Amino acid sequence: MSLQEEVELLRNIPLFAKVEPAKLKLLAFTSQRLTFEPGQALFKQGDMADAAYIIIGGEAEVLVNTPKGEMAVAVVGRNAIVGEIAILCDVPRTATVRAKSKLETLMIAKDLFYRLINEFPSMAVEIMRELARRLEKTTAQLREAMTQIANR
Amino acid sequence: MEPTIHRFILRYSLKEQIVIMLVTAVSLPFYYFILDLPKTIVNRAIQGKNFPQDFYFWSLDQIPYLITLCFVFLALVFINARFKFYINIMKGRLGERMLRRLRYELYSRILRFPLPHFRKVSQGEIIPMITSEVEALGGFIGDALVLPLHQGGLLLTALFFMFVQDPLLGTFAIALYPLQAYVIPKMQRKVNLLGKERVKVIRKVADRISDTVSGIAEVHVHGTSTYERADFAERMGAIYRIRFDIFQRKFLVKQLNSNIAQLTPFFFYLFGGYLVIAGDLSIGALVAVLAAYKDLAPPWKELLTFYQSQADAVIKYEQVIEQFQPEGMAPAELQEPAPETMPAPSADDRLGIANLAVSDDGGGKLVDGVSFDMGLNEHIAIVGPAGSGKEHLANAIARLVAPSGGRIQLGTDDLLTQPEWRSAQRIAYVGQSSYLFTGTVRENLIYVLKQRPRKAANLDGATAAQRKQWLVEATRAGNSDFDITADWIDYSAAGVADAAELATRCIRMLAVVDLDDDVYQFGLRGTIDPKARPALAARILEARVALRERLKGGEMAALVEPFDEARYNTNATVAENVLFGTQVGPAFDVEKLAENAYVLSVLEKVGLTADLIAMGRKVAETMVELFAGLPPTHEFFAEYSFISSEDLPEFQALLGRTAKIAQAEIRPEDRSRLLSLPFKLIPARHRLGLIDEPMQRRLLEARAAFAANLPANLAKSVEFFRSDSYNAAGTLQDNILFGKVAYGQAQAGARIGKLITEVLATLDLRDAIIEVGIDFSVGVGGSRMSAAQRQKLALARALLRRPQLLICNESTALLDTQAQGKVMDNILRELKGRGVLWVLHRAAFARAFDRIVIMRDGKIVSQGKFADLEGPGAPLHEMLAAE
Repeated sequence: MSLQEEVELLRNIPLFAKVEPAKLKLLAFTSQRLTFEPGQALFKQGDMADAAYIIIGGEAEVLVNTPKGEMAVAVVGRNAIVGEIAILCDVPRTATVRAKSKLETLMIAKDLFYRLINEFPSMAVEIMRELARRLEKTTAQLREAMTQIANR
Repeated sequence: MEPTIHRFILRYSLKEQIVIMLVTAVSLPFYYFILDLPKTIVNRAIQGKNFPQDFYFWSLDQIPYLITLCFVFLALVFINARFKFYINIMKGRLGERMLRRLRYELYSRILRFPLPHFRKVSQGEIIPMITSEVEALGGFIGDALVLPLHQGGLLLTALFFMFVQDPLLGTFAIALYPLQAYVIPKMQRKVNLLGKERVKVIRKVADRISDTVSGIAEVHVHGTSTYERADFAERMGAIYRIRFDIFQRKFLVKQLNSNIAQLTPFFFYLFGGYLVIAGDLSIGALVAVLAAYKDLAPPWKELLTFYQSQADAVIKYEQVIEQFQPEGMAPAELQEPAPETMPAPSADDRLGIANLAVSDDGGGKLVDGVSFDMGLNEHIAIVGPAGSGKEHLANAIARLVAPSGGRIQLGTDDLLTQPEWRSAQRIAYVGQSSYLFTGTVRENLIYVLKQRPRKAANLDGATAAQRKQWLVEATRAGNSDFDITADWIDYSAAGVADAAELATRCIRMLAVVDLDDDVYQFGLRGTIDPKARPALAARILEARVALRERLKGGEMAALVEPFDEARYNTNATVAENVLFGTQVGPAFDVEKLAENAYVLSVLEKVGLTADLIAMGRKVAETMVELFAGLPPTHEFFAEYSFISSEDLPEFQALLGRTAKIAQAEIRPEDRSRLLSLPFKLIPARHRLGLIDEPMQRRLLEARAAFAANLPANLAKSVEFFRSDSYNAAGTLQDNILFGKVAYGQAQAGARIGKLITEVLATLDLRDAIIEVGIDFSVGVGGSRMSAAQRQKLALARALLRRPQLLICNESTALLDTQAQGKVMDNILRELKGRGVLWVLHRAAFARAFDRIVIMRDGKIVSQGKFADLEGPGAPLHEMLAAE
C-alpha cells in the first residue's frame, strides 16, 4: 500500500478526521505498518510502552491478567486505537493485546503521538471522548459486578 | 636508578663513550692539517720562490706543487667528513640505546609500583614522561662526553694553530672568552629554572587533558565545557608566560654571544693588518688565522649550546626519575620470569593466614589481626557489612595490597615473598570490575596463559637471523630479550595440548560464566575470511540452504525477502539492488554513489539517468513537504528523512530553481544532488510508490549492466550476492539469511533470529559460531562490552588456567541477581575439589559454600556452616534479614 492510500485510510479514522493532510502524511511516513499473525501479541501487560497502534484491518482482543489466567475484556476492530493509555500516563502496559485474526496496524511512536495531540486539539478531544466512553463502560461493568457481589 | 644523568651515562656507556672519544682524538690531527694547509698553499706554492721544491720524496715545480697540495687538501676534506659521519653515527646509536634502556627501566618500574601509588599519579603525568620528556635525553647522551672533548679539541686545535702563527692574534681571539664564560652561565641558570617549571606545568596540562577525556560525559551532562576551556586557557597562559620568559633570556644570551663573536674580527683586521703592513706577519698567516677564526666560531657555539642542553638534560633526568621511585616499590626479584618448566604445585597445601593486618594511608586498621586456614579444596564465603574489611582481606591474599603485619602461607611458602609467576600459577583473582585489554575476546582469555615464551617462533633462515639480531640489540640496551613473536601460551596450564583444544576449553569456560550466548551473538555479527576458513564458509552455506528450506511455504516465509539475481528486492535500498552486493571500502558508498563515474555510466547505458533524477525530485518534494514544518533538531530527521535538516533549505531552493526548466538544463551539481536521493529508497519501508514494477525491471537491467562491465580496478570494491558462494564482506548472519528481513512484519527480526539459532543448532554449528565470536574485538578497555559481560569474561579467564585457589572479590556484583546465582553455581561446580574464597556482597549467596567466614570491623567474628549460622540469633540471621 502506498503512502497516499495510507493517508486516505487515516483520514477515514475519526481520531484523525480533523488533522491536516500534510501532517497525516508525516504520520503515515514515520509510522510503521505492522502485520500480526493470529495469536501474536502487539504488546504484553507490564511491558514498557513506546507506541500506540491503530488497527487498519482485522480484529484484536484485549486481555488482562487475573489470578485465574488471562481474561478477555474487549475485542477491538478497524479504526480502533489501542495502547494509548500506557503512553499517555507513562505506565507499563495495562493489558495484553493479541491479534485475533490477521491484523494490520499502524504503529505510532510515542513522540509523534504527543506532537499530534499538542498540535491538533480536535484529536485530543477525540481521544478524551474515547477514554470517557471506555471509562463509562468500565464504570457500568464495575456497577454490575458490585451488584452481583452484594446479591451473593 | 642512578641519581644523575652523568652517573647513568658512565655506568651503562663508558666503553662506547671511550671508543667514540678515541676515534675523535684520532680525527683531530687531520683537522689541524686542514687548517695548516691553506697557509702552505698561499705562502709556499702561490707566493713561493726557489722551485723546484722538495715535497717529501719528490721534487716538484710550482704548478705541480700547487696541484699536489690542493689534492692533499681535498683528500683531507674527505677524510674529515668521513670521520664526522662515523662519529655522528656512533653517537646517534649510543644515544638511542641509552634512551631505550632508560624508557625500558621506567616502564619496568611502573610494573613494580605499589598499587596504592596509582591513586596518586595519573596516566596523564606518567605517559609523557616516558614518551616525550626523555626523548631529548637520547641526543644529549650521545654527546655527553664526546661533544665537549671533540668541540673543545677543535677549539684548542684552532687556538693552538693561531698561537703558533702569532701569539698576539691568538690572545685577541680568546680575549673575550672569560667574559662569556662568566656572564652566560649566570643567565643560563635562570633559564634552567624556568625550564624546570615548564616541565611541571606541561605535566599538569597532560594530566588535565587525560582527566577531561575520562570525565567527558560529566562535562557534557553538566554543561561545564566553558569552565573546562577557561581552566585550560589559564594553564596555557602559564606555559605562555614561562616560554616567553625563556625566549627572552635565551635570545639575550644568543645576542650577547654573537656581539662578542663579531668584536674579535675587529681586532684581527686592526692589529693583524697593522702587523702585516709593518712586516711582522706574513699575509698568508693572516689569511690562515682569519680562516682558523671562522672555524673557531662553530665549536665555540656548539660548546655553548651543549652547555645549555646539558643543564636541560640534568634537570629533565632528575625530574623524571624522582617520579619513578615511589615508596614501597616491589623488589625486581618478585617479577623474575617464570622458569621454562614450572614446578608442579602440591595439591595438599593449605592456605594459612596468621594475624594479618592491612592499614589504610592514614594508618587506620582495615583488616585487624585476621587468622584462618583453608584447604585448597574448600569453598569459603566471606561475608560482612560494608567496612568489615572483607575486600581488603581478599586483596591482601591476592597480593594487591601489602599487609602491614602478619603472614600468608601457601603450604610451606611465604606467599608474599614468592615471585609473582609462582602465586599466579596457583591463585587467580577477580575483582569487582575487571579490566579488559584492547583486543579480541580470545586474546583477553589467553592473556592469563602468557607468563613466558613457551615455543620459539617458527621462522625460516633469513628471518630467524634477523630476529636474532633484533633480540641481541635489545640485550645491548638492557631490554628484555624474550621474543614477543614466540608462542607464549602455556597450554599445559589450561590442561590442553594444543590450540584447537584450547579453543574448545575457552568456549566451555564462556559457558560456565554464562557468556556463551553473548559471544554467539558476536559471532553472528562477525565476519570471516572464506579463503582462510573454507570449511566454515561451506557450513554457513549449508545453514543458508537449511534456513531457506525451513522458511519455504511456512508461516514465516513472509518475514524474509531472499536475494534473487532475477528479482528486485523491495526490502533493500535501490543502491543495494543495483550493486546487488556488499560494498567494500568507500568506492560504492551510498552517500557518494551518485558521483561515482562507473555507476553513472551504467545508468546512462540503461537509460535510467533521467528517470532517477525525476524520482529524486519527487523524493525531495515529499521530504520538503513532510519535514519543512519540523524544528531542525527533531529526531525524525535522523531517523526518517533522506535529507538532513541543514540541507533541507538547500533542497527547497533547488526545487524552486529547477521547477520550470527542462531536466537537461539543470546544473550538474543539482543533478548530482537529486540523483543521490533515490539510491536510499526502500520501497517496502518508504511506500512512496515511486518504484513500480516497470521501474523495478529497469533497475534489474542496471544491476545486470553493473555486474557485466565492472572494471578490474573496482572489482574488489563490491562483494556480489551469490546464492552459492560465501560473501566475505557480510556478517555470518547476513550470509545465513541471504536476504532482507521484511518491513511491516511484527517482531520479524526476533523471530528470524530464533529460527537461525534453531537451524544452527540442528547443524551443530553453534560452537563454530562462538569460535568466530571469540575473535570479536572488545574495544578500548573492553568498551564494546557491557560491564556485566566484562566481568563474566574476567571470570572465564581466571578459570581458564585452572587455579588451585580462586579469589573472587564481589566479582558478580555487577550482574543481575538471577545471573549471579547461576554464574556462581557454575563456577563452584567447575572448581569442585579446588579452593574458592569468595567475598560476597550478599549473605544469601553464602548458602552454596562449605564454610562461611563473617567479618566485622576488620576482624573475624564468627565462622562455620551456613546452616549453623542462619538461625534466629545467629550472626547470619540479621544480615539475611537485612537483604
